[in-house]
Amino acid sequence: MIADVLRDGLALWPVATPLAAAALATLLHRRPALQRAVMEAAVALTLVAAALLLAHAARGERLVMAFGGWGAPFGVTFVAERLGAALCTTAAAIAVAVAIFARADVRARRRRAGFDPLFLGMLASVNGAFLTGDLFNLYVWFELMLATALGLMTLDRRRAQIDGALRYAAMSMMGATFILVGIGLLYGAVGTLDMADLSRAIAGRAPSVTLTTAGYLLLAGLLLKSGVFPFFFWLPASYHTAPIGVAAALAGLLTKVAFYACLRVLVLVFGVGASAPAVSGMPPLLALLAALTMLVSVLAAIAQVDVRRVLAFHVMGQVAYLVMGLALASSLGTAAAIFYTMHTMLVQTGLFLGAGAIARAGGGYDLRAAGGLIREHPFFAALFATLALSISGVPPLSGFWAKALVIDAAVRARLPWSWWLIAIALVTGFLTLYSMSTLWTQAFWRPPKRRERRARPIPPAMVAAVALMAACTLGLGLAIEPAVRLSRAAARELAPEPPRQRRPPDVPPALPPARGAP
Amino acid sequence: MSVLLALVASGLVGCGLYMVLSRHVVRMVLGLSLLTTAVNLVLFLTGRVRSTQPPLIREGSERLGDSADPLPQALVLTAIVIGFALTVILAVLTLRAWRAQGTVRSDELRAARALGDPSTPEPGGDR
Repeated sequence: MIADVLRDGLALWPVATPLAAAALATLLHRRPALQRAVMEAAVALTLVAAALLLAHAARGERLVMAFGGWGAPFGVTFVAERLGAALCTTAAAIAVAVAIFARADVRARRRRAGFDPLFLGMLASVNGAFLTGDLFNLYVWFELMLATALGLMTLDRRRAQIDGALRYAAMSMMGATFILVGIGLLYGAVGTLDMADLSRAIAGRAPSVTLTTAGYLLLAGLLLKSGVFPFFFWLPASYHTAPIGVAAALAGLLTKVAFYACLRVLVLVFGVGASAPAVSGMPPLLALLAALTMLVSVLAAIAQVDVRRVLAFHVMGQVAYLVMGLALASSLGTAAAIFYTMHTMLVQTGLFLGAGAIARAGGGYDLRAAGGLIREHPFFAALFATLALSISGVPPLSGFWAKALVIDAAVRARLPWSWWLIAIALVTGFLTLYSMSTLWTQAFWRPPKRRERRARPIPPAMVAAVALMAACTLGLGLAIEPAVRLSRAAARELAPEPPRQRRPPDVPPALPPARGAP
Repeated sequence: MSVLLALVASGLVGCGLYMVLSRHVVRMVLGLSLLTTAVNLVLFLTGRVRSTQPPLIREGSERLGDSADPLPQALVLTAIVIGFALTVILAVLTLRAWRAQGTVRSDELRAARALGDPSTPEPGGDR
């Protein structure tokens, strides 16, 4: 009986668990130790729930949870497919690493400022965005995510944090405005908000002014939130100001949720990649934006001297590869983007957590003053090197496979601009390797500026958190076969069903005989 | 009526965009809330402006008669709440920025830009 209820509502647990725990943690705000226990238990439970969900989804079961018993076109549903379940599991793994890191990084002052409820709230909204089947509901989760992220970003109430959060909030609200208008126009044109239903209703429709406007508005809003070229400046203006554990969670989660929404909206709803998409002209635009984002962000990263800033620019550089996969408008490209998303979530979080540990050991984030950490911390140096090599695409880590899959899909797509895109992706990969190896050498390898200064110890919790993420990227790289099979199946599941019957082509009605003709 | 509402919405978007581009953060916040209002109006319009009859389907009929679609009104309600909450958060951040740095001009709020900027002198100063 209870087992049945648990199983039927499984799609809800990765959201309900952290949300309930966030409420509980808010009530316990005077008891930091208890609050931490609640947070850690909830994060662990979320991981279990997400993994169970993934096990179900990987077998091809489509778990649907309709709230209040109102089915798809009328009510809001939660749908657990392979894509959502896999990203949920990845998000939960990240949350576990951040929760471990927080044992050393988040002290009583930050807990009193509300770290635990805000973090749980963010986890719940991220999972909600991954699992919801309703477009408007997706928007609601986005806004909840933004509100909690702003709270987390300004935990210490430093000037720079307020400043960064202000910029982030303003740009995100702007993006939300675009998304909301897009959703409104789409509803006005089609009359449903359920994504699967929208997909069925739109499939086979010729591009119209309303659909095109709605599509491009949604694209603009979602790309803004993913940090893609013309609207990315909020990201490097704010990520480096957040407390480092929080920055790690933001880097791993936020932009990727926005990209996930992009994937869902473009591929499932608008049928980009299908034989007749409902909006035209998106793939070349996406390819151009991806190429510009890659080049601009990696060159900007090389110019930086603050570890957090270098990594913030790489967050965008990696998102560009995801957009590249989407731009190919093929099932293989989508599958590559899905695998890349899982990889980059883990690695970005690991790198930001590693930056926190570097700062703890070396006394600051400035690379010009850093050096020599390898003498005291050889194991940690190896862990950070694993993550740095993974983001640069060195085998056998997951980053190599992610890049290889995207480029392979680009070769097979045979689009007129494929080769340009591949060339830029390879150059960016090389420059990323240059940037990350410089960072590693400056922080670990070269002799310290002042020889008498010894590196301070790194708390074991920090090393454990970084080790978890490094193990994940190594594991994902070694278990490449099932991971690729999962992402290809997820991509096939995402693509809309072919329309059962196409509308007959619009034949101009025969002209009525002119009045008064003989 | 629909045309009038559409014109009002486009006017609001125009004013909102103009104010969002301002360097004065308070003006930008007001511009964003104007934009949010305009979006709510667009959402409201997608339900079509029709008679004031309740949205009930008559017995034996399969279509909603002359009444407006009720779903967008529920969406507008949600969007108003969310927009209000985020505007309040933005206002709080602006207030804190004003208290901490004594200015609300976005080009004078430099704390985030200065943190870890490559052109700042090296900490420690031994080179």
